[in-house]
This record gives sequence, structure tokens and C-alpha cells, in this order.
Amino acid sequence: MGQKVNMKKSLCQLALVPFVLAVIVCNAQAAKIQEIVSPGGIKAWFVQENSIPILNMEVIWKGGSGVVDPQKAGLAELMASTMDEGAAELDSKAFQGRLADLSVSVSFSAGKDTFRGRLKTLSANNEQAFDLFAKAITAPRFDADPVERIRGQLLAGLNRNLSNPRSMAGKAWFETAFKGHPYAVSTEGNLQTMATLTPEDLKAFKQQQIVKENMVISVIGDITPEKLGEMLDKTFGALPEKSDLGAVAEVAHLNGPSVQVIPMEIPQSIIVFGGDGVKRDDPDYYAAYVLNYILGGGGFESRLNAEIREKRGLVYSIYTYLSPFEAAGVHLGGLGTSEKSTLEAVQLIREELKKIRTEGVTEEELVAAKKYLNGSFALRLSSNENIANIMASMQFSNLPIDYLENRADLINAVTLEDLKRVAQRLMDPDKLIVTIVGKSAYKAEWEEGLKKALDSH
Amino acid sequence: MQKKVFQFAALLNLFVAALFISPAHASSEIPKLFDPKTTTLENGLEVVVIEDHRAPIVTHMVWYRVGAADESAGKSGIAHFLEHLMFKGTAKIGPGQFSKIIAENGGQDNAFTSQDYTAYYQNAAADKLPLLMDMESDRMQGLILNDAAVGAELQVILEERSQRTDNNPSALFGEQLRAAQYLAHPYGIPVIGWRAEMEELTTQDAIDWYNTYYAPNNAILVVAGDVNAEEVFELARKYYGPKKPMAIPPRKRLHEPPQLAKRIVIMEDERVREPSWQQSFMAPSARTGDIKQVRALEVLDEILSGGATSRFSEQLVRDQKIAVGVGSYYDSSSYDPSSFTVYGRPASGTSLDDLEAAIVKIIDDVLTNGVTEAEVKAAKKRMLAAAIYARDSVSGAANIFGAALTSGEKIEDIVNWPKQISEVTKEDIFAAAKAVFKQRSSVVGKLLPKGE
Repeated sequence: MGQKVNMKKSLCQLALVPFVLAVIVCNAQAAKIQEIVSPGGIKAWFVQENSIPILNMEVIWKGGSGVVDPQKAGLAELMASTMDEGAAELDSKAFQGRLADLSVSVSFSAGKDTFRGRLKTLSANNEQAFDLFAKAITAPRFDADPVERIRGQLLAGLNRNLSNPRSMAGKAWFETAFKGHPYAVSTEGNLQTMATLTPEDLKAFKQQQIVKENMVISVIGDITPEKLGEMLDKTFGALPEKSDLGAVAEVAHLNGPSVQVIPMEIPQSIIVFGGDGVKRDDPDYYAAYVLNYILGGGGFESRLNAEIREKRGLVYSIYTYLSPFEAAGVHLGGLGTSEKSTLEAVQLIREELKKIRTEGVTEEELVAAKKYLNGSFALRLSSNENIANIMASMQFSNLPIDYLENRADLINAVTLEDLKRVAQRLMDPDKLIVTIVGKSAYKAEWEEGLKKALDSH
Repeated sequence: MQKKVFQFAALLNLFVAALFISPAHASSEIPKLFDPKTTTLENGLEVVVIEDHRAPIVTHMVWYRVGAADESAGKSGIAHFLEHLMFKGTAKIGPGQFSKIIAENGGQDNAFTSQDYTAYYQNAAADKLPLLMDMESDRMQGLILNDAAVGAELQVILEERSQRTDNNPSALFGEQLRAAQYLAHPYGIPVIGWRAEMEELTTQDAIDWYNTYYAPNNAILVVAGDVNAEEVFELARKYYGPKKPMAIPPRKRLHEPPQLAKRIVIMEDERVREPSWQQSFMAPSARTGDIKQVRALEVLDEILSGGATSRFSEQLVRDQKIAVGVGSYYDSSSYDPSSFTVYGRPASGTSLDDLEAAIVKIIDDVLTNGVTEAEVKAAKKRMLAAAIYARDSVSGAANIFGAALTSGEKIEDIVNWPKQISEVTKEDIFAAAKAVFKQRSSVVGKLLPKGE
């Protein structure tokens, strides 16, 4: 039986630290998370870790490509790639030179709902590192010369991706599932839109995107809370308080069923499949998380892997996962298989979905899933970098600071009944959205074969 | 789930660079790498322990000193195939149960194969270490194979080849380039195997391979994480101690003859949308070369392509704007001689020939004028910083020791990496560049869209 992993009382307590307004300390497994608020009112989650002389920070701003005008698709991506190409008095070369000289890493990335910043430094250089990060987020230059250079790199990448079957299958999947919605547009944009973006577009989007209101910060490393409070004020204090980014329209159900074949002359068909998932704040989130593990989320142990890889040898890898976006839940899976077994593999997936809906899962599977999902969580806290990432995601998802302690209880509370309900709600084999990249000679056969299967129900 | 086949250069560069040092002023003060504790059991099993007490987790790995380059002619892929088959069960652990038991204990497991080693690992809570050792030692000599399981798994590795290689023109081209680089030595044969040879691998081939190479005296146990070295040694004696040593065939690969002709390899493929260029030069590995020369090449690699301020990026991407990407890599961690590779992708409007000329010009400049004192100083500083960052990864430490030791590197050379790097001079780099950048031992590769 699933053991009660965590019976201890909350270990959070209020502590007072000079120069920092309030500190809540939580002992959670390996990481002792504090919430600190700087004298200037900037909040961050922090773990003091002095055993290695380094510091990692991760910042998430809500926004990302979901709030970008589709005519300017790729804007968030281009901004992420140019924010570290010169800021304030430092041009691109000077800024990059300073980073290299100090061995500081500053990087940004965009997702459908997020714009992320990451900082990594030797703790001996903490002050200079925060200063460079501050410059990048408050006064990026977006000079024409580096913008053109980076645009050239991104265009080359976009062009390469047109013959990358994984990239093509994923892109087509979102275009179908979210037809007419901003999530249909890939974060990277496309060759046409990327070519038209200007430094003015970047400056305007930066003013909207990089503000205090939609920001969460996590820091781990070799620094005192007092010093960090000071650094937070210097780094984030000058940002605008808020902006009117707008929200992404909610999507209750994805646009399925659908079958789409994209011709590409490759020996192995690449398939992406999926349908409705759950959002992170959905009451069924943990049940869906457990159910996905049993279906295709685990490694060797999942049902799909057992049926399609172990028993039949049709694939090298097959997996499913939940993608909880801000405005929609998505349940996605992927595999690669030869043209001869392409139809068979998709049919087997549909049968497994049907089976999990009608027969549910066994008590044994549920217990095993809980053991894995609880027992393996500590592995995700194995490095400072990972801990910074998880603390940022927790805040972005509005999870409480003692979540790491309570997570096991949330997973242990999932019942067989919950799984049955969630299977009915999500894993509908007749609403499956399937995109296949593979040989053109099979296009008609695959499309007809799968349409017939999906229609006949 | 045994996923990894190739050790990509980037990964190896990380392993190589991922060494501990704190900035010290005099070389005598430079600390050792990671402070590993080692012992050797009576049956020949080497044990390496790296303690890291930040989180209550452990990485447990067994590395066998056998890889694809040890295969006999016509059997390419058998080292990697056996790696997959190691999950098929023993008398004690039924088919398909290995990973299931690990997962139910909150652990994650996998395995990977390179030209020089085959490695199996689990990550789990530190208190699971006895279970991990019990299971891993059990399959060191107790594997049971049958034709049905082997047959299905053969289809899996063929799909793996399709996915990693045949579906990807760059990967296919990489195979062709390596085949051209090595005239006789088996590094020219892909780790995953040539398809026609893979298709003919049998259960008996797998059993023969297993019976020849899987023994405690051909393995290295590496444990990293929240453990105490003496306790790990004790557990190792308990679980691995009873395994019987065997006579292992000497590791003797085909000799590479003198390379006297520069090779130019051109591949066109309709899936290629952006052309690329590269040139690889035969280069020494840590085991086969003079360690001073090897470290000099590592610093040269950093000077050429370590970040946005490196020679390649600064000149070709930023100033001349003729490349969208350019770089180099050098993998010193291989049993036999390796290669030093430079590569680039042209910016829109630049021909591949012009980019090639520009890269060659930079190499020629190194051969004529060497590198500057300032470049050497900055590169070393970055390498030593990267080594500090690398301490953030528990499993990374285990990988460094496993890969280096199975590639015949001496533990002193791993442990003293920081000191050796700090002692590299611009004269060393000049000499090493002249020894390695020889046209006749090189292969130029051009990957082009169809019809260009």
C-alpha cells in the first residue's frame, strides 16, 4: 500500500532577518525555501546554499508568445535572443565580453505563457552579475546590428526546422488543436513574420512584458538574505509596476478529432497524438498526473511502452505527458515507427485509451505509480539549477511555499475512482488529434484508415 | 528505455571540463578534482566514490570496459544491443521487472554505450543503494536471454537507428565522415551498427558477447551522492565481491595506418535546407597522447569556440557576419586517438566556400602566429569557472570518472586536470596546433541541399 510519506506538521515558520521585511522558512526535503521580501518590496523564494561558490536565479514573467499578435509571431523568441545583446551603456560586444570575462551566464527564453530569465554566476561576482542582469531587463538596446545578426540565426533555424519531422509534427498538432487561437502559433514564429520584426517592436513588447506585476523570482546559492534583498532592489526596482498585456482566451476543449499527414520522405514516421488535458489548477490535476504516468508517462513501466515497444518492438520510444498551459490543458504523446506499422501503432494507442477508460487501472498500478511519483521527486531537486527552476515554476503556478512537503499527500489522495473519472474526461480515443510526418506514398492510406476509425465511433 | 547511444562531443566536453577547482594563485595550491575515494575489490572490480551531501540522493553506475570498437568484424551494434538486452531479466528478477522495481523504489534507470564503454546507472534516494547494488550485481553474470525477447528487442534497436540516424541527414552524414576519418580503426563504424549487420545479430551473438566481457574485473563501479565512501566499499564487497573474475581478451583494436591523403566528403540530401561545413583532424586522446599536448588542445578548443567572445564567433559571426553558427570540439576522453573538429554554417548570402576559406584562415593564423597570452589567460579562467559550475551536478561527477577510466585515462590525470590546465602555455598550444592541424590526416565534410 502507498505509505503515508509525510505526516509531519508544517515546518514553516516566520523568521526575522535584518533589512528584509519578512521571511518565511520552509524545510522541504533537501531544499530549505525562504520567502524574502526586499526593502523595496521585491519578493523572491530563496534557498541559501553555501557549499558551492555559485548562485543561480530564475525569473518568470507571465506573458510569452500567447500574448503576441500573430502577425508578429516570433517576437517573444526574438526578444529572448536579443536581450543579452547589449544594454545600457554596453553595446553587444561589450556586454558579451563582460559576461565572458566574469564567466556569468545571462539567458532568456520564451514559451506560450512565459518569458523566462536565468542568471548563473560564481558567487565572488554576485554584484556584477546582478548588475548585468539588471541592465538586460531594464535597458536592453536592441541595436539594429545585433538584431539583424540574431534574426539571421533564427531564420536559419526556422528554415532547418522545415525538414525536421519532430518539429513539423508538433507544429501541425498545435495548429490543428488550437485553430484560431494564439496557442496555434508557434513561439518561434515563421519565416515570414520573423523577417518583418523591428527593434521598435522589441522595445514596445519589452515595456509590456517585463514588469513587476507578472513576475516571480527564485534564487539559490551562496549569498545572505540581506545581501540578496539589496540585489533584488537594484535589479528589479526600476521596472514598471504593471502593463496591459491582456489575457489569453480560455479553451475548454481542443479541436478534435483530426488526422493530418505531412509528407516527408523519411524511413520512420513521426507521430504526435493527444487531446484535452488539465490546467495546473484543475482539481483533477493530480489524478490526471497519476493516470498519465500509468498510460505513457513512466519509462519502461508504462502501458503504451509495454504494448508497443516491449511486446511488439514497433518503436524505440513512446511517451505521453501533460502540458498544463494558462488557458488550456493539453495531453500529448509522441512516437516514431516504420511506415508499415504506422497505422497499427495509432490503433494500438486508441485501444489502450479505450481500455483505460472502460476497465480503469488496477490497485497495483495505482500503488506503483504513487511510489514512483513520490519517491523520485527528490531526484528533481538534485542541483541548484533544478531547484531554482522548480521554485520559479511553483510560484508561477500559485503553489504554496510548503508545497514540496505536501506534494506526496496530494498524490497519495488520488483514488481509483478519481482515475476512472479523469479517464472519461480526458482520454477519448474518438477525439484524438493525430499528426503524422511520413512518406507521401502512404498519405491517403493513413488518412483514410484513421478517419474511418475515428468516425465509426 | 536505454536511450543513449552516442556520446556526443558536447556531452564529453562537459565531462572533460567538469572538473573541480577553486581559483588559486599558485599552482601548488590548486586543489584536486572532486576528491574521489577509490578501492579495488579482490575480484578486480574498481570502485570510485564521490561524496556530495547536498541532497539525500545517489547515482549508482557500473561501467564496463567494452564498447562498440571492441566488436568483431560483421557484428557491428552488438555492444549496444546487449546493453538493451541487459534489461531482460535473470533467475532472480523476471523479464521486464528491472526498471519496474527501480521505479517502485522511486528510482530512475537507464544505460548507454559508446565506442569504448557500456554503462548502466540508477538514480535514487541514497538509502536505496543496497537494493541498487543487489540488482546491478545480479545481472553482471546472471542474465537470461531467449529468442522471443531478443527478437522483439532487435526491432526496437532498428527503430532506434531509424529515429536517431536514418531520419536525420546530419546524423547519416556524421557516419560517412567518421568512416572516412578512420581508414582501418573501428571508430569508423557507428556505435549503433550498420543496419545490414544489425539485422543479422542473434541471441547467440549476444550471449557470447556477455560471456566474454561482463565480469567484475572488467568493470568500474562509480557511486556519487549522499554516501560515505567506507560504507560504499563495504556494500560493494557484499554485493559485487562474490562475482567471479574471468580472463578478459586484451583490448586490441585494428591499427590505424598513416593517413597521407586529405579526404573531402560531400553529401547532398533533399532534406537539407541549410548547408554546413566541417573539417576534422586526427588528434591524440588522453591515454594515447602526451598529456601536456592534450591539455593544450583543450585550451585551444576554448580559445577557438568558447562562447561569444571566442575567435570563431567574434570574427565570423559578429564582425564579418558570414556565419550563423561556428565552433569546434575536441574529445580527449577516448581509448584510442580521437579527432579535433572545426565546423560552421554560412549566413544567408555567404557561400560555403567563402565560409570554409574564412575558417581555414583562422586556423592558418594559429599555425603561423599562435595564440595570444591574453587569450590563453581568459580561456583558462573560463575553464576553471566551468569546473566550479560543474560541481552542481552529482551525476556529472560520476560520468566524468566512468568515462575517463574506461577510456584508459589515469586517475591522477583526472584529479590533476585543474593543475594541468593552469600550466598550459601559449607555446604548448602553438606546438600542439602544429602537431594536429595537418591537412593529410583530415577530412573535410560538406552537407548540401540537393542540387546545389
